[in-house]
Amino acid sequence: MTRPTLFTKEARTVNYVSGPLIFVKDVKGVSYGEIVRIILTNGEERTGQVLDISKDLAVIQVYEGTSGIDNMNTRVRFTGEPPMIKVSIDMLGRVFNGVGKPRDGGPEIIEEASLDINGMPINPSARDKPADFIQTGMSTVDGLNTLVRGQKLPIFSGAGLPANKLAAQIARQARVLGEDEKFAVVFVAMGITYKEASFFMKDFERTGALERVVFFMNLADDPTIERIATPRCALTVAEFLAYTHNLHVLVILTDMINYCEALREISTAREEVPGRRGYPGYMYTDLASIYERAGRIKGIAGSITQIPILTMPDDDITHPVPDLTGYITEGQIVLSRDLFRRGADPPIDALPCLSRLMNLGIGPGKTREDHRNVADQLYASYAYGRDLRKLVAIVGEEALTELDKKYLKFADDFERHFITQGDENRSITRTLDTGWDLLSALPEEELKRIKREYIKKYHPAYRKE
Amino acid sequence: MIVGVISRISGPVVLSEGMRGSRMYDVVKVGEQDLNGEIIRLDGDQAVIQVYEDTTGLRVGEKVANTGNPLSVELGPGLLSSIYDGIQRPLPALAEQSGSFISRGLSISGISRERVWEFIPKVKAGDRVRGGDVIGTVTEHHIEHRILVPPFVSGTVKEIRGGGFRVEEPVCTLDDGYELSMMQRWPVRKGRPYQKKMDPDTLLATGQRIFDTLFPVTKGGTAMIPGGFGTGKTVAEQTLAKWSDTQIVVYIGCGERGNEMTDVLTEFPELLDPRTKLPLIQRTILIANTSNMPVAAREASIYTGITLAEYYRDMGYDVALMADSTSRWGEALREVSGRLEEMPGEEGYPAYLATRLAAFYERAGRVICLGSDSRIGSVTIIGAVSPPGGDFSEPITQNTLRITGTFWALDTNLAYRRHFPSVNWIKSYSLYLDQVKEWYAQSGFPDWMDLRARAMYLLQKEVELQEIVQLVGPDALPESEKAILEVTRMIREDFLQQSAYHDIDSYCPLEKQYWMLQVILSFFDRVNEAMGRGVALSKILKLPVKADIGRMKELTGIEEIKGLITRIDNALGELEAER
Repeated sequence: MTRPTLFTKEARTVNYVSGPLIFVKDVKGVSYGEIVRIILTNGEERTGQVLDISKDLAVIQVYEGTSGIDNMNTRVRFTGEPPMIKVSIDMLGRVFNGVGKPRDGGPEIIEEASLDINGMPINPSARDKPADFIQTGMSTVDGLNTLVRGQKLPIFSGAGLPANKLAAQIARQARVLGEDEKFAVVFVAMGITYKEASFFMKDFERTGALERVVFFMNLADDPTIERIATPRCALTVAEFLAYTHNLHVLVILTDMINYCEALREISTAREEVPGRRGYPGYMYTDLASIYERAGRIKGIAGSITQIPILTMPDDDITHPVPDLTGYITEGQIVLSRDLFRRGADPPIDALPCLSRLMNLGIGPGKTREDHRNVADQLYASYAYGRDLRKLVAIVGEEALTELDKKYLKFADDFERHFITQGDENRSITRTLDTGWDLLSALPEEELKRIKREYIKKYHPAYRKE
Repeated sequence: MIVGVISRISGPVVLSEGMRGSRMYDVVKVGEQDLNGEIIRLDGDQAVIQVYEDTTGLRVGEKVANTGNPLSVELGPGLLSSIYDGIQRPLPALAEQSGSFISRGLSISGISRERVWEFIPKVKAGDRVRGGDVIGTVTEHHIEHRILVPPFVSGTVKEIRGGGFRVEEPVCTLDDGYELSMMQRWPVRKGRPYQKKMDPDTLLATGQRIFDTLFPVTKGGTAMIPGGFGTGKTVAEQTLAKWSDTQIVVYIGCGERGNEMTDVLTEFPELLDPRTKLPLIQRTILIANTSNMPVAAREASIYTGITLAEYYRDMGYDVALMADSTSRWGEALREVSGRLEEMPGEEGYPAYLATRLAAFYERAGRVICLGSDSRIGSVTIIGAVSPPGGDFSEPITQNTLRITGTFWALDTNLAYRRHFPSVNWIKSYSLYLDQVKEWYAQSGFPDWMDLRARAMYLLQKEVELQEIVQLVGPDALPESEKAILEVTRMIREDFLQQSAYHDIDSYCPLEKQYWMLQVILSFFDRVNEAMGRGVALSKILKLPVKADIGRMKELTGIEEIKGLITRIDNALGELEAER
């Protein structure tokens, strides 16, 4: 990284202002990606970052917006530094704005280090394999889509669905079996309302976790472009806590859709060729630079687990933001409006959910030997039951065979007793046994996904004997 | 050496002045930190450079030095079981130099200069050799690594030495003074030459029933696996990398997840090749350019991988190359193209996307290699495609469809119900069926393709029957058609579904596949016979042998599976019509 020179360069040559961008003429020696301070005529100072430089022109994105910037007196000071954030273990329990300045009225942070917010990519060969099962106490997650330390598992929600409640419950209940290790939560709000942010804050307060949480708040009325930096600042702090202080860090990012809107705004202002729905073509790479910062590193005890929350516009899972997210993250938890209306709590639609790292965290010694089989069987049976519902709508229940009627009932019971759990914190054993109780309503020979020895061992019909 | 100065920086694209005399695709060192880059456009005095590393901190006015060489890889013993980034820098060595995070401006050679290999000469002084001839061998794990005369070199051997050598030390001198070492370089964007391309007519056995039986690919063929997220592309690619019956596997993680590469890295040393019983990692080369690593290096990773694959092909081996995912590579092309302000084609992709894709897939093939012994080697390419929103009409899927031989369409709905591999048997196809038919016939399964045809007919029939069921309910079907639905359910659940994680079923040998399908189809025949005698279908479905068919994938003995046919005959033969 290039270090700042002895004198900083300052220019008054703002030539062109468009959206969140300003174009500065006749500047020399500017480095790509460096941070600039913009001093307005009234003395107000703003922060920006260099996006493009050619021989005599620098393009700068202004985090706090361009209103009030003029093209005569505004001064632009080039710092020569990449965007940095001051980090410290004392950040736990504090609230910051989107670029890491305290917004809780407390004192400035006394830094232990000052780090580049863009971080550096983890060398794939230095990564450690995620392997620790995190018990979230939610059956649909633990039983069917297990969360593992170092994973990135987003929640795909829809407008009005209780994603926040689910995320708060996971943050509250998550623990690794047989361990009592140091953990921390980094909560990143991007463009959400004060009400939503305060829901999380109150929930952490109620459970006494507040002093283990670092808040980054860019609320709905805060500058949009700042959101580009918010997750990066927060993840830099998370990396510091995880890899320097050996904490297990859970990062909750909400709401990624607002982040992507900000990205689109800048892309449009730069007149780039738009991709799908106007989002820039490099959005995949950009999102990856955030999500891929989850993980574990060999030889370091700490870890970063991410739960990004995003609202699918019009519940459309093929919208570019959930779509690209799904391609990067290691699975997804999907909420469903239908289930929400039917009263399921949490309304997790099991079928499109997935945890790619599930197999690393389950099995003998971690959860239970029959876990994989039970999960597969529950999925297959539930999916079949759901298909039958469509059929029943047309031909009526009478037209079904006896077996199919059992499947139909199974699907209903599954939603009522397995998915729905309210505020209950279920152990993994309880989750799996609930699964077995439901499966026992089906004929034994239908349980093809389960090894016979496990049926003999765990099936309620044999357990009682 | 040509040295220019930076005049513009925009993301991974850098413009440099004073570069007249440079050639396209020359490798350049950019800035004070010597970042690696490659020239992708020349315009008068200016060169446009794509930089393989993050450009943050670069300044206008810093130097750009042309190395005068195209982007090349190092070929020689020591490639197997390595893990590289997109431009063949070994990742463990990078970690040693810069820690757990990748920093910039590092140059590390692709194969170790220190390691000593035991070279056994295969020619003697006075022999005439030409490009592609084997001058000697080195044992690399269990593979006989053949040291080849580089293409376009020929002469008479003046001196050849056996014994322990490092890769750069000369082992052979030709009469014109040309010295051959065990290492050679080759530019990645240029296919390695061969004598002649042949028809790919040998099955690439993968141990996966849906692939081998229904939609086979041949050695030297090409296949694509498109699917939305969560449909199991990566699991399919990894399964193929594990069980394909080739001597060498090149696995390219192109713009995908870091944790997945870790998974491969930890799993492959533990898993054994079912044929050689040696750790899989010993036949594998991994290229990992994860999604958060620089975009331009992602573009190069595909070429790096295929060049390594061609090198082993030239030794006369069968190589399988897995590229996960080619969509990310296409997106890298799009990003660089956008920065170049090129006129965009469909969905912002450059107009040359189809050409580039075709050029890549055509580097696959079964060939007679260079050299006087006419060895045969092959490279099979299996590319994953990640269509946005699972929509197969997007440019990368469509352009790939035109050039690949086998199409394995992954289906989101199958994945939702955990039917894996989630290959849709109605949409998928293979253009290699004729070649494979002969291969199966020669391998002792003359009726394999007939069985396949019957299974496909039943599966197609099922689709039609399901449409009727959706309208009028299952009870309205005649008994004979209900029997078809029962059997197709059996084909789907007991044959096509195959768990990649099951200790026995993850790899299914060809003979077992054949007999499993035989069992199901003979069940169908016996059911029809019994129903012809007036036996009710409901009675047949209660037979315990049906549950045993459902468990046959867990069996290891072929005889046990064959035994099922006799049991089916007996059980159904005993059933009598109800009066």
